[in-house]
Amino acid sequence: MNLVPAPVAATFSRIGARFDNRPAKITLAVLGVLFVYALPLLNIPLLTTPDSDFGGVLFSVAAYALIAVGLNIVIGYAGLLDLGYVGFYATGAYTVGVLTQYHWHWPFFLALPVAIVVTMIAGVMLGAPTLRVRGDYLAIVTMGFGEIIRLVITNTEWLGKSGGIAKIPMPPTIGTPPQPGEPGGLFGIPHISWSTFPNVVDVGHETHFLSFTVLDAIPFYWLIVTALLLVLLGDKLLKDSRVGRAWEATREDEDVAEIMGVPTFRYKLLAFALGAGIGGLSGAMFATRQTFIQPASFALLLSMLFVASVIVGGAGNRWGAVAGGAVVAYLPERFRGFTEWRMLVFGIALIVLATWRPEGLFPPRRTRRAKAAEAEIEELEGDAANV
Amino acid sequence: MSDTATTTQTLLEVHDVTIKFGGITALDGVSFDIREGEILGLIGPNGAGKTTCFNVMTGVYQPTSGQIRFAGTGLAKMKRHAITRLGIARTFQNIRLFKSMTALENVLVGADAHSRVGFFHALLRTPLQRREEAESRERAMELLKFMGLARRADELAVNLSYGDQRRLEIARAMATNPKLICLDEPAAGFNPAEKVVLMDLIKKVRDRGYTVLLIEHDMKLVMGVTDRIVVLEFGRKIAEGTPAEIRDNPAVIAAYLGVEEDDAS
Repeated sequence: MNLVPAPVAATFSRIGARFDNRPAKITLAVLGVLFVYALPLLNIPLLTTPDSDFGGVLFSVAAYALIAVGLNIVIGYAGLLDLGYVGFYATGAYTVGVLTQYHWHWPFFLALPVAIVVTMIAGVMLGAPTLRVRGDYLAIVTMGFGEIIRLVITNTEWLGKSGGIAKIPMPPTIGTPPQPGEPGGLFGIPHISWSTFPNVVDVGHETHFLSFTVLDAIPFYWLIVTALLLVLLGDKLLKDSRVGRAWEATREDEDVAEIMGVPTFRYKLLAFALGAGIGGLSGAMFATRQTFIQPASFALLLSMLFVASVIVGGAGNRWGAVAGGAVVAYLPERFRGFTEWRMLVFGIALIVLATWRPEGLFPPRRTRRAKAAEAEIEELEGDAANV
Repeated sequence: MSDTATTTQTLLEVHDVTIKFGGITALDGVSFDIREGEILGLIGPNGAGKTTCFNVMTGVYQPTSGQIRFAGTGLAKMKRHAITRLGIARTFQNIRLFKSMTALENVLVGADAHSRVGFFHALLRTPLQRREEAESRERAMELLKFMGLARRADELAVNLSYGDQRRLEIARAMATNPKLICLDEPAAGFNPAEKVVLMDLIKKVRDRGYTVLLIEHDMKLVMGVTDRIVVLEFGRKIAEGTPAEIRDNPAVIAAYLGVEEDDAS
C-alpha cells in the first residue's frame, strides 16, 4: 500500500508503541504527531488528492478514522455487530444542529460535550433492551435503529424534517475574527508548493491558525485530529486494563466470562455507550464543518461503510481502525478523476484488500500471533515435534 | 497423603434439588453437603446428572425446586457473576478458555473478579487502579507458577498443549479467589502418569485452603484423592461416604463399579 494510510498509520503506531521513558520513542511520537498535523500543508505529491481540496479530504479521512475507532470498540473489542452506527453519527450531528442553530444558539464547544452525552444516552437506550440478543439478531436490531433515527428526523418538525438544518455555526475563531477577504485567526501558516521547487514555501497560500471558515478545511482537520488522538489515548488506557480484558473475554465466550465473574451485560453496554459517544463526537464535527445537515446525509449506506472501515483495517486493532477509516474515506476522493467510475474503482480496491489481507490491514495481535504459531507448527511438523 | 479434613463446617448445602428439562428429570431431590476444606468427589455413570449439578451450583441453571445455600447465602435468582464473586469457581469438562488471550490474561480475567475499580479509574490511571492491576498481575503470575505454566504466560491459550490448557483452566478458576472450586473432569484425556501428577495437584490446591468438588470418571483418581464421595445415578443420589465405604456399597457396585468388574476379565 503506497497510499495515504500507510505512512499515517505507521506514524500512529509509533505513538502507540508504548509510553515508556525511552527518549527515542517519545521523539518519534512527537515527530509523528507533528507530521500528522502538518500533512495538509505539505502537499505531498501523489498523496495529495488532485481533484478535491486536500484539507477537506483529510477532514473526512480523520472523521472516518474517528468513527472507525469508536465502532472498533463495539465490533472489534466487544464483538457486537452494530449495523446502525450511522444513527449515533446522526444523533451527534443533530444535537449540535439543534443546540447551536435550530432552537438555541449555544457556542459549538458547549454543544459538543452535550452532543457526546446525548449520543451515549442514545447508545444506552438502544443497548439496554437489545444487548440481550446476540449475533445476527443484534445486527438486525441495530440496523433498524439506524433507520428509525433517520425516519424520525425526516418526519419531525422540531428537527427540520427532510429539509434539514442549515447555517450551523462553525466553531469560534480564536484571534482576529474573520472578515471578507481576511481569514483572521492567530497567524498564517504558509503551505508548501512543490511546483516552484526549490523555492517551496508558498507564502501566497496560507492557512490561518484557529480560524474556522468555509474557505479552509484545515483548521477543522486539526480540530478533529486532536479529538482522534485523545480518543486513541483513552482507547489504549481502557484496552490495557480490566475493561479491555472483560470485553475480550466476553467476545470470546460470553457464558464463561460471566462464570469467571465478568458482568458481561454491563461491559457490553459500556462498549456500546462509548462507541456511540465517539460516533456522536464525529457527527458533531461533521455538522459544524458542513454547516448543513439533512436526513439524507445519514443513509444506511454510511453504516455499511463504517463497518467496512473497521473490517478493512482489522477489527480489534485501533491502528487498523484508523487505517481502515482512512482508506474508506480517502480512496473515493483520490479516484475522483475517474468521475463516474470512481465508486467502481473504490469497490475493486476494497475487494483487492479483502483478498490480499482478509484479517484487515493491521490485524489485532491475536490474529497475528495465531498465524505465527501456525507457521511455527508447520515448520516443526517436519521433525514430527509433539507437545 | 490421606489426612482427611475433619472440619465439619458446611460450606455448600444442596437441599432437595430437582431440575426438570421438559419431561426429563435431570436431578431428582438431590441433597448433599460440602464441608469446608474437603475434597468431595461427585461420581456416577454418564448422564447421571453430575454436570447438571455443577451448572445449578454455578447459576447456569435454576433449580425447578429445592435450594442451594453457599456459606449461608441462598443462590436462587443470583446472577452468575455474583455467584463467582461469592466464592464458587469452576472449570469446564470441554475446555473453554479465552483462546485469543494469553495464558496470563486468561488468569487475569479471573483475578479481575475482585477488582473494585472500573471504567473511570482505568481511563485516568488512578493510583488505586495501578495498584490493583499490579496486584492482579502478581497473583496471576503466582498462580501460573503454581500450575507450572509460568514460562507459558505470554503464550496464547489456544497454542498451549492440551494438558497445559487443563491446568490453565484450574489456574483461572483459582484466580477468582473462590472458597469452593469445582473441577469438571480435569483428568479427561490424561494418560495415567499425568493423572498421578494431577492428583497431587488437586491435593495441593486443597492445601492452599480451597474446598474442592471433583467430578471424575477415573475411579482410581477419585478414590485416591477425595475425602468423601457422592454417587449419582439417573439424577438421584444413591450413596454418600468415604472412598472405602463407597467401594463396598452394593448399590454403587451395581450401578457403577459393577459394570467395570464385568468388563475386567
